[in-house]
Amino acid sequence: MANRLLSASLAIAGKDLAIEWRTRTAFISSMVFAVLVLAVLFFARDPTAVANIDIAPGALWVTFTFAAMVGLNRAFLLERENRALDGLLLTPAPPTAIFIGKVLGNLAFVGAVELAALPLFILFYDVAVWRQLPQLLLVTAMATVAFVAVGTLLSSMVVRTRFAELMLPVLLLPFLVPPVVAAVQLTSRLLIGRPLSELAGWLKLLAAFDLVFVLLSVLLFEATLDE
Amino acid sequence: MTARDRALRLARIGQMITAVALLGLAGIFIRALVFTPVERFQGPAQKIFYVHAPAAWAGLVAFAITGLLSLLYLFLKDRKLDLVAASSAEVGVAFATVMLTTGPIWGKPIWGTWWTWDARLTSTLFIFLLFVGYLALRNAVTDPGTRAAYSAVLGIMALVLVPFIHVTVYWFRTLHPQPVLVKPGAPSLPGVMLVTLLLSIVVFTVLYLGFTTQRYALALLQELREEEFARGVS
Repeated sequence: MANRLLSASLAIAGKDLAIEWRTRTAFISSMVFAVLVLAVLFFARDPTAVANIDIAPGALWVTFTFAAMVGLNRAFLLERENRALDGLLLTPAPPTAIFIGKVLGNLAFVGAVELAALPLFILFYDVAVWRQLPQLLLVTAMATVAFVAVGTLLSSMVVRTRFAELMLPVLLLPFLVPPVVAAVQLTSRLLIGRPLSELAGWLKLLAAFDLVFVLLSVLLFEATLDE
Repeated sequence: MTARDRALRLARIGQMITAVALLGLAGIFIRALVFTPVERFQGPAQKIFYVHAPAAWAGLVAFAITGLLSLLYLFLKDRKLDLVAASSAEVGVAFATVMLTTGPIWGKPIWGTWWTWDARLTSTLFIFLLFVGYLALRNAVTDPGTRAAYSAVLGIMALVLVPFIHVTVYWFRTLHPQPVLVKPGAPSLPGVMLVTLLLSIVVFTVLYLGFTTQRYALALLQELREEEFARGVS
């Protein structure tokens, strides 16, 4: 059972990524968008009063969340044309597998954008993060799981409404407060070479958020389908 | 009695509850301004507390009820639950607006600033925005069944999110006056002020009930009208 769920989820994620791979439009656009946000935020300060390192953590997370947000609607927009979602629901794959597949696809997409943007961030903001890189990747992964899970659930609803592009940020941003604040706190410590253990509280908050909201969005997805 | 008559009767009941609450509110204003002593350090500015705290209470009760009804809706699938949840959210946004406007009016003379990113201000602002988003989502969905399901999902998510937001912003340090009523130990508010506050909380709760009942009756009537319209078209 668990095996079938996983293979169905992977098939759906694979399908979405294959569609993306053929054109790479969304990836390239999100990437360019991320570079633009990083560059604009670098100039959005008084360089004589505010050092790079002071705005770097916030800039990194604003970039990651904005870049993710422009890509998140894509997963369910794909299924809107020709009512493709109905087709997916007719397959033997359970609805939970569809949702998990969409989350995995989005995670791969957002993760790829983040991995590509991270070196540019290090370059642009001139931060010495190499020794703490594994910890930074861990924090990034945890926060990304949080907002991709919630964002995928919300996007499954908003793509079927009017003003989908505007609706997702309005609904998603309040949910980003806990994971992004935690990630910024943790990142700012990592960038000045402090160990993660100094902020164990934020790390626990992030882990709890992941656990609660991943479960909740998987459970609630089916409720968005009954029509 | 037709469904329309029942909705109209409910609207009248809501109006009566609201009328009683508004009389009570007038009483609270008189009691707070004339019969409750002026606070020693804050002076007359403290009077706004008798509106601010009860409005905050009513707003948060409204949002909690929306969240709980959303949860119930997913199990019972009763459309009435969805309509009450939506009515409660709308009334909650109104009370939260009172809270968010009376707060700065008090904050300017006492804290010396209209706004500060204190924990409770920040979390109530986000909760307010969350429910404005809830109402926006409802407006963007046309099919009533889909609207109810989506709203219920968002309502439950919001209910779970609130404690997380609260912990997050609390760790950013707090400047807000510490609780004077619900806290470990006895309330630290002097007797007369405490009575005024409690009476005001009761009045605001009744006001919430009156508004929500009326709003719910209106939602029922709206729905009946849409049904009639759909029948006329087909």
